[in-house]
Amino acid sequence: MAINYIYPEFEVIRNDARCIRCQVCERQCANEVHRLDEKRNVMLSDETKCVDCHRCVSLCPTKALKIVNHDCRFRENANWSNETIKEIYKQADSGGVLLSSMGNPKPLPVYWDKILINASQVTNPSIDPLREPMETKVFLGKKPDKIERDKDGKIMCKTPPQLELSMPVMFSAMSYGSISYNAHESLARAARELGIYYNTGEGGLHEDFYVYGENTIVQVASGRFGVYKDYLEAGAAVEIKMGQGAKPGIGGHLPGTKIVGDVSKTRMIPEGSDAISPAPHHDIYSIEDLRQLVFSLKEATEYKKPIIVKVAAVHNIAAIASGIARSGADIIAIDGFRGGTGAAPTRIRDNVGIPIELALASVDKRLRDEGIRNNVSLVVGGSIRSAADVVKAIALGADACYVATAALIAIGCHLCRTCQSGKCNWGIATQKPELVKRLNPDIGYKRLVNLMTAWKHEIKELMGGMGINSIEALRGNRLMLRGVGLNGKELEILGISHAGE
Amino acid sequence: MLIDAAKLEFKELNEKIRNADNDIELTSCIGQRFIAAGMDSKKLNIHGIPGNALGAYLNGAEISVHGNAQDAVGDTMNDGSIFVHGNIGDAAGYAMRGGRIYVKGNAGYRAGIHMKAYKEKHPTLVIGGSAGSFLGEYQAGGTIIVLGLNDEKKIVGNFPCTGMHGGKMFLRGRCKNIKFPGQVTTHIADDNDKKEIESTIRDFCNVFGINADEVLDSDFTVVLPDTNNPFKQMYVAN
Repeated sequence: MAINYIYPEFEVIRNDARCIRCQVCERQCANEVHRLDEKRNVMLSDETKCVDCHRCVSLCPTKALKIVNHDCRFRENANWSNETIKEIYKQADSGGVLLSSMGNPKPLPVYWDKILINASQVTNPSIDPLREPMETKVFLGKKPDKIERDKDGKIMCKTPPQLELSMPVMFSAMSYGSISYNAHESLARAARELGIYYNTGEGGLHEDFYVYGENTIVQVASGRFGVYKDYLEAGAAVEIKMGQGAKPGIGGHLPGTKIVGDVSKTRMIPEGSDAISPAPHHDIYSIEDLRQLVFSLKEATEYKKPIIVKVAAVHNIAAIASGIARSGADIIAIDGFRGGTGAAPTRIRDNVGIPIELALASVDKRLRDEGIRNNVSLVVGGSIRSAADVVKAIALGADACYVATAALIAIGCHLCRTCQSGKCNWGIATQKPELVKRLNPDIGYKRLVNLMTAWKHEIKELMGGMGINSIEALRGNRLMLRGVGLNGKELEILGISHAGE
Repeated sequence: MLIDAAKLEFKELNEKIRNADNDIELTSCIGQRFIAAGMDSKKLNIHGIPGNALGAYLNGAEISVHGNAQDAVGDTMNDGSIFVHGNIGDAAGYAMRGGRIYVKGNAGYRAGIHMKAYKEKHPTLVIGGSAGSFLGEYQAGGTIIVLGLNDEKKIVGNFPCTGMHGGKMFLRGRCKNIKFPGQVTTHIADDNDKKEIESTIRDFCNVFGINADEVLDSDFTVVLPDTNNPFKQMYVAN
């Protein structure tokens, strides 16, 4: 037998004095790490299968378990890290392309953490959100160029279709297939209760979720899965997916093994057949072609719904966004390189695309310079982790943010980053019924509502501190931001001064 | 109902079509796009040349074009019929999931790309003349038939069927001069294969007034995908 060069990444530490042999860990682990040796009455662990998802740790009734990083490492050096060596062994074993999940884990700069927010002192007083009304509502869509009045002097309200958000956050695209029915239900119900939107991703819309249509963004991507008249009409907006931050420039596919039952029905493809979303849209080779898809969707939905075009943040993003703004799209969504994914080739995820902070700043500037900023709204994602990130994004010029990873964490995701296995012990990134039922949508939706309610209050507090009582007055207000530890070029692109200036 | 399309912008024209009754004669059509997008049930006769994305997301209507059609006809079509009595541009029937597109003349590049099928939905694209390059790329379901009735030397352009992982393609003749990619297999149609497409071909010939027996009296090359799961072996979890 060939030697297996790959050692376990994690170590299962079991406090034997506490372990009562109840086997909860064994029953809870879809990766089959734990096993009772009945003869010796001892719990054993196969650590090669452990993904560090903490399901067993959370559910162990006597708190007898912990998972730690294995300290048996390859002989690393500054150039050849443990990861790099392991990846080479994996590829030498299999000949396969490395496949990873969730966002870019590399220690690349997180600009949000190098941007600081202003507050009022002495002059222009700060505002207490508990005492005074604060407006966090935003409208997404093309804004009219001028106010028009009829002959009686009344304002003619013929605005293009808009999305109304109670706060500048939406749940970004995750398909039914990549995540479970219960995860989708949690997102849909939370979106409705919060007065925001969730997004179907390219997986179609389950028939049970048409009732949440008013809070749903339906996606049209290169594979066109589940796209037909009723689907387009069901959503509040239609999003054309051109790219995704975790894997710019490539498509995706859901393996046939996951195209079962309702997933097959919702995508409208046969069970067991791979669902391939090709890298490009085969009919889009130019902004003019994009305009054609935008308008075919507008025609099919009778101009009642805003059309979103979602792209990954890449080097030329400002010029690309300028083109999209001229394509007839109502909203541009930009996904940064730390955005999550259910599966992406590791090399693409870790090496392609640019940070959302820089992309947002340069797009907002470009659109303002060209006088077309109000033709479109800007939504940014990948990755927005907190209310502070939201406030910074709005001040850099975004109209709203997309969050997905944070939403999944809220419903129990432990970022073990093995979504591609389909064995999510938390019932999120899986289609196995026995795992899906572990996520209770009654609880899941409530946790999402809690998270967003907390963020909303934090947004108000941060705004109040700046003496700003309306999110509109914060948008593009870069004077409220300062950089710390950034070089001149970075500050120039972000359009902010250094702290102390 | 008669609609004169001359001097109408696409938005205006399409609104008229949406508000019209069930039987529409459209005259002087001159490149207006998105005609009948998402239409459910009407019957539409088009004289002139409709623009790109004719019958996108079509959901059951019947469209006849008495002339040529341009690009992206029947994009993501779900049901219904589109009959083109001339030639058709690029990317016809992209991702169509149901219904039928019949083209009397030739088709451009990327016809039938990413065509699908689902349960009772089984889309059909029949091209009377020849098809351009990249025919049936990523085909995931449905049936594509190319008849080559215009005595072409080569009835399909280069690189057909790349990424094909479902459905079936029938090309009239033995197609010795066509190079297929590794992920598909080809064979000469046997009686069962021919039986499978006979009614479709008779239907096609009936629409365009062609002698079906003569069309059927020929060899057909059948193209099938190797596997429904082309990427299965490509990845290793990291």
